[in-house]
Amino acid sequence: MVNKIMSWFDERLPITATIERHLTKYPAPINMNIWYLAGVLLVVVLVIQLISGIWLLMNYEPTAEGAFASIQYIMRDVEYGWMIRYMHTTGSSAFFALIYLHMFRGMMYGSYQKPRELLWVVGWFTFFLLCALGFTGYVLPWGQMSFWAAQVIMSLFGSIPFIGEDLLIWIRGDYLISGITLNRLFALHVVLLPLALIAVIFVHILALHEVGSNNPDGVDVKKFKDEDGVPLDTKPFFPYDIMHDLYAIGVFLIFFCFIMFFYPDGGGYLIEYVNYEPADNLKTPDHIVPSWYYTPYYAMLRAITFPIFGLSAKFLGFVVMAAGIAIFVALPWLDRSPVKSIRYKGIFSKFFLSLFVVSFFVLGYLGSVPPNPVRTLFAQIFTFTYFAYFLLMPIYSKYEKCKPVPDRVTLS
Amino acid sequence: MVQPKAPSNPGRRKFLINVTSVVGAGAVAGALVPFVGSWNPSARAEAAGAPVKADLSKLLPGEMMIVEWRGVPVYVVKHTQESMAVLNKNLSRLSDPDSVEDQQPEYARNELRSRKKGISIITAVCTHLACAPKFYPQLGTTDFDSDWQGGFFCPCHGSKFDLAGRVYAGVPAPTNLPIPPHYFKTEDILIIGEDEGTV
Repeated sequence: MVNKIMSWFDERLPITATIERHLTKYPAPINMNIWYLAGVLLVVVLVIQLISGIWLLMNYEPTAEGAFASIQYIMRDVEYGWMIRYMHTTGSSAFFALIYLHMFRGMMYGSYQKPRELLWVVGWFTFFLLCALGFTGYVLPWGQMSFWAAQVIMSLFGSIPFIGEDLLIWIRGDYLISGITLNRLFALHVVLLPLALIAVIFVHILALHEVGSNNPDGVDVKKFKDEDGVPLDTKPFFPYDIMHDLYAIGVFLIFFCFIMFFYPDGGGYLIEYVNYEPADNLKTPDHIVPSWYYTPYYAMLRAITFPIFGLSAKFLGFVVMAAGIAIFVALPWLDRSPVKSIRYKGIFSKFFLSLFVVSFFVLGYLGSVPPNPVRTLFAQIFTFTYFAYFLLMPIYSKYEKCKPVPDRVTLS
Repeated sequence: MVQPKAPSNPGRRKFLINVTSVVGAGAVAGALVPFVGSWNPSARAEAAGAPVKADLSKLLPGEMMIVEWRGVPVYVVKHTQESMAVLNKNLSRLSDPDSVEDQQPEYARNELRSRKKGISIITAVCTHLACAPKFYPQLGTTDFDSDWQGGFFCPCHGSKFDLAGRVYAGVPAPTNLPIPPHYFKTEDILIIGEDEGTV
C-alpha cells in the first residue's frame, strides 16, 4: 500500500530519487572530523534565524518613531518576546562564529581547490550576504549604536571619489540617516537578503553534492570505487553521518541556550550596551564599535591613516576593508600547491595559515577597542600579515616541499 | 523526436537574435529606472532637506544664532570689530588657517571663511565625532584654554575651533568645521542650503 502511494508520487515528482541522492545515499568520506560539523550547524542556525525573525516581525515597527519602543515592547510586554529576540541576537553571533569556522575548515583542507572552486565562490556569497544581513539587522532596533553604525558604515560610500556624495544620498534616501533609511534597510533585511541567502545556500548545497565533499586528507575518494560505483572510503549520509550530526546539534543547542538564557548580552559583545539608548542624531556615542564579527575588518578600516596617490585615507581604508572580505574569492586561484590538505602541505603554508589566524584575532581585538598610536601601528602590521597569507600564496604554495599524499584516506 | 531544422539563413537568424537581445537589455535597463529612482530622497525628505531662510536683522555684533538645516544645527555669528581682528592674530595655533581642505564652498575659501564680511555661517557638527561644539565668544582664561581667543569648544572630546570654525592644531578633530552652501537674498535674509543661482 505504502509502496503504491510512493510510486504514484514518484511518477509525478522525484521524491525518492531526490532523498536518495541528497540524503540517504549521499557518500560522505569516512574520515570527516569535527570541523565538518559547522556546515550542518549553519543550516540549523539558518532555520533558527528564519523562524525567530518571522516572529519578531509580528511585533516590530519599522519607523524611526516606533522602532526603539517596539523592541522594548517585545522585550517586556509580548509573551516570550524576550526569548525570541535573544534567540535572534544569539543566532546572529552563532551564524558568524560558525561561518568563520566553516571557512577556516575549507582553508585548512584546501576544500576550495579544483573541482570545488565554484562551491567555494558560491559559499563566499553566503558570507557576503550574511555580512549585509548582520549590518541591516543591527540598524533595526534604532538605538544609539544602530544609528551611528549606520552613519559610519554608510559614510564610507561617501568617501568614493567623484560620485561618493551623491551615492551616499541615494543610499540613505535622505540627507542624513533617517526613518527613510531605516525603512529601506528593514525591507532588505526581512525580504530581499534572506531570499537571496536561501537561494545561494541552495546552490551551494547543489554544487557540493555535484562535486562531493572534500576530507581532511584532501584525497579524491572517487578514485577507488566498489562494484556498485560507490566510492570505497565513503559511508551513506543517512544513517551514519546524521547520527553524529544530531549529537553535535544537541551539544550545540545546549551552548546556544546557555548564552540565550544566561548571557544574551555577552558582556556587551553580543548586544552592545550603548544600543539601549534610543537613536539621537545630535549626540554621538564616545566610542563606536561594530559587532564582534566585524571587528577584524573595522580594524583594517582604521589602520589606513595616510593618503596615497591623492586618494583619501578614509577611502583607502574602505577599499582595504572591502578587499579583506573579498579576497577569499581568489583563494582557488592563489593556491598553486599540488596537494590540498594542510596535513601534506609544506612548512610555509602552515606558517602563513597560522599567521592568518593570529592576524584575524589580533585585528578582531584591535577593532573592538579605541584606537591609539600604538594600536594603529599594530593594526597596520597585522593588516599586512593578513593579506600576506593570500598574496604570497602563489609563491610559497608553489615552491615549498610537500609531503607525499596517500592514495586513500587515513584514519587516526 | 522532432529536431529543429537548421535555419536556411543563419546570418539573418543571428542578426535577429542579437537585435532582440539588445532591445531586451534596453527594456530591462528601462525597467530598472523606477526601482533605482525610488531610492532617491522623496519629496517629503527633500522638503525637510530644503534650504532654510534666516532673518539676521535682529542679530547684534558678538551674538550667535542657531538655524536648523537638514537636522543639524548651523551657527550664524555676527562678528565685532575686535573679534575680526583677533581672527588674524591666532593663525599659528590653527592647523588649516587658509582653509586648504575642502570644507567650504569656493566662495568661502577666504580668510574669514565667509561670503559676507563680518558674518560666519558654520555647520556645528564636529569633524571628529559629530558632537555640536559650544559657543565661547569671550577672550581670556577658560576651563579649557589659558589664552582663549574666542570660538567654539567641543565638550565631547575637547576639540577647539576659532570664530570662523577653523580647527586648532593638536585636537582630535582633523579638519575645519564645514561651511554650508548659502547666499544672501537681501542684506539681512540669509538662505542656507543653496548656492546663489543654482535654482
